[in-house]
Amino acid sequence: MELILSILVGALFAAALYTMLRRSIVRLAIGLTLLAHAANLLIFTVSGVGRSGPPIVPEGEQAPIGAFSDPVPQALILTAIVISFGVLAFLLVLVKRAYQAVGSDDIDEMVSTER
Amino acid sequence: MNVALTLPLLIPFVAAALAMLAWRWVAVQRWLGIGGALGQLVAGLVLLFAVREGGIQATQLGDWPAPFGITLVADLFSATMVVITGLMGLAVAIYSVGGLDVRRESFGYYPLLLILLVGVCGAFLTGDIFNLFVWFEVMLIASFVLLALGGERAQLEGAMKYVTINLVSSAFFLSAVGILYGLTGTLNMADLAVRLRELDAPHIETTVAMLLLVVFGIKAAIFPLFFWLPASYHTPPVVVSAIFAGLLTKVGVYALIRVFTLLFVGEVGFTHTLIMVLAALTMIVGVLGAVAQHEVRRILSFHIVSQIGYMIMGLGLFTATALAASVFYIVHHIIVKTNLFLVAGVMRLVGGSFELKELGGLYRTSPLLAVLFLVPAMSLAGIPPLSGFVAKLGLVQAGIDVEQYWLVGVALAVSALTLLSMTKIWAEAFWKSAPEGASVTLEEARPPQTGGRATLIGPMAALAAITISIGLLAEPLFTLSLEAGEQLMNPDGYIEAVLGEGR
Repeated sequence: MELILSILVGALFAAALYTMLRRSIVRLAIGLTLLAHAANLLIFTVSGVGRSGPPIVPEGEQAPIGAFSDPVPQALILTAIVISFGVLAFLLVLVKRAYQAVGSDDIDEMVSTER
Repeated sequence: MNVALTLPLLIPFVAAALAMLAWRWVAVQRWLGIGGALGQLVAGLVLLFAVREGGIQATQLGDWPAPFGITLVADLFSATMVVITGLMGLAVAIYSVGGLDVRRESFGYYPLLLILLVGVCGAFLTGDIFNLFVWFEVMLIASFVLLALGGERAQLEGAMKYVTINLVSSAFFLSAVGILYGLTGTLNMADLAVRLRELDAPHIETTVAMLLLVVFGIKAAIFPLFFWLPASYHTPPVVVSAIFAGLLTKVGVYALIRVFTLLFVGEVGFTHTLIMVLAALTMIVGVLGAVAQHEVRRILSFHIVSQIGYMIMGLGLFTATALAASVFYIVHHIIVKTNLFLVAGVMRLVGGSFELKELGGLYRTSPLLAVLFLVPAMSLAGIPPLSGFVAKLGLVQAGIDVEQYWLVGVALAVSALTLLSMTKIWAEAFWKSAPEGASVTLEEARPPQTGGRATLIGPMAALAAITISIGLLAEPLFTLSLEAGEQLMNPDGYIEAVLGEGR
């Protein structure tokens, strides 16, 4: 399972970088979305995948008994998803405004900042 | 719960929320902007005194004990950075009253500025690496909107570049945090430091270190990751450029220093030598880029890159005095660079342009502005008795102490080229006779709105005065920097403050 997930993470990173290297700003946005997914899946994979119980401390005990799944990576991923959702929403609006201002979705046309 | 640590975050945050509620009343928002920044400055000073008196301060949010909860922690370096953030926020908030057009002001400029200050301060105060990521995002989203606010074509293009590079760096940051958690099972930076010492996996450790070097290198704009900066920083209104130039890259530098003094100190021979090489290249490339430019804000943008090299140089040398010099340099640089951008804004008001060939005769028409430019510009180049001289002297001495003569040589040569750039602006904009004689005087120049000249000149004069006094009375700040450098070199105090005596 971990091997499959690792390959998937690698494929997502590769796809994200490839898409971002295209000249269209819409593809750029899609690439950035994929990149965020790749990072999230990486956290999930690195922290270990397996079958185990819920991280609940039984009454009268100080720690969960037996193998339990770590909730922290899931909390991290959830936070990261929420953040990337907000940022990507902003990015889409920016892409639209930039497209309207420049009249093209080609990054090579966006050169007025060079001077 | 230590209130001193939370107030620098809460005060501007509450002010931002109130400013949002006062959406229709720009005058109220202005006062909230100024008040929030002032509150942050005062809270920062209180914190700095607390750290000075009582050692490193730490508090656990929600009272979950470290390393499980989120820790806020302030050593002298953090506390100094919080103070300087509040100071810059205040200067820029006051300048904005007279220096920003009403259209932008009424579209949420002040709440965004305050949230930016919250994000920057949060990054300085957090003791948890995932929380650092979150504060980076808070800071970034505010900076995205500030950069694009107004919606001019150049701004949107600059924002596209800025947003893209920052999202890439965020994804890498997240990956690095994930791998670190997989390696050590903790996110608390003090706990991470302890576990990384025990961890016997130097290759993975160095890999994560390099990933974080890239991430913070992008934020700090070090060579070869700086291209986004001169492509975006000159596009927004000058107040936004000023706060960005002062604070944002320095958060990257702060994170680099924090991570490479606390966490990754196992392979110093490799990592810190690499940082030294990058520092030298950053200085050289930045200053050469500036020489080729003829637009005031672009020249200043390239100089940010070049100056980042000096701050990283102290980290690369990796001695207490070198880190102290870096801390001193950061403080000096933030004040000077913000001030230069504010001056550039008034140069535009008076001379009508940012292009050097369209400017001229400003020395004749507005001698006061000339003085206000000359102080930070000469300080940037390192002319005594201004603050930049002391900062560079500290770095050069630290470099000679550890016999890195080549790096010292580079630093001094770049300093001379900085002077060349500054004299170029001086000669072109101030001494050259005005083209077509169209220049107006400072008294006649009309700010974009009725805020008046005092709101423009006040912050510039205050920052210039601080630059001069840091130069003339360097002793207190230098002592503070030395103590901060000692704390950075001996992370045990930091770890103890966060985790308690037991570890």
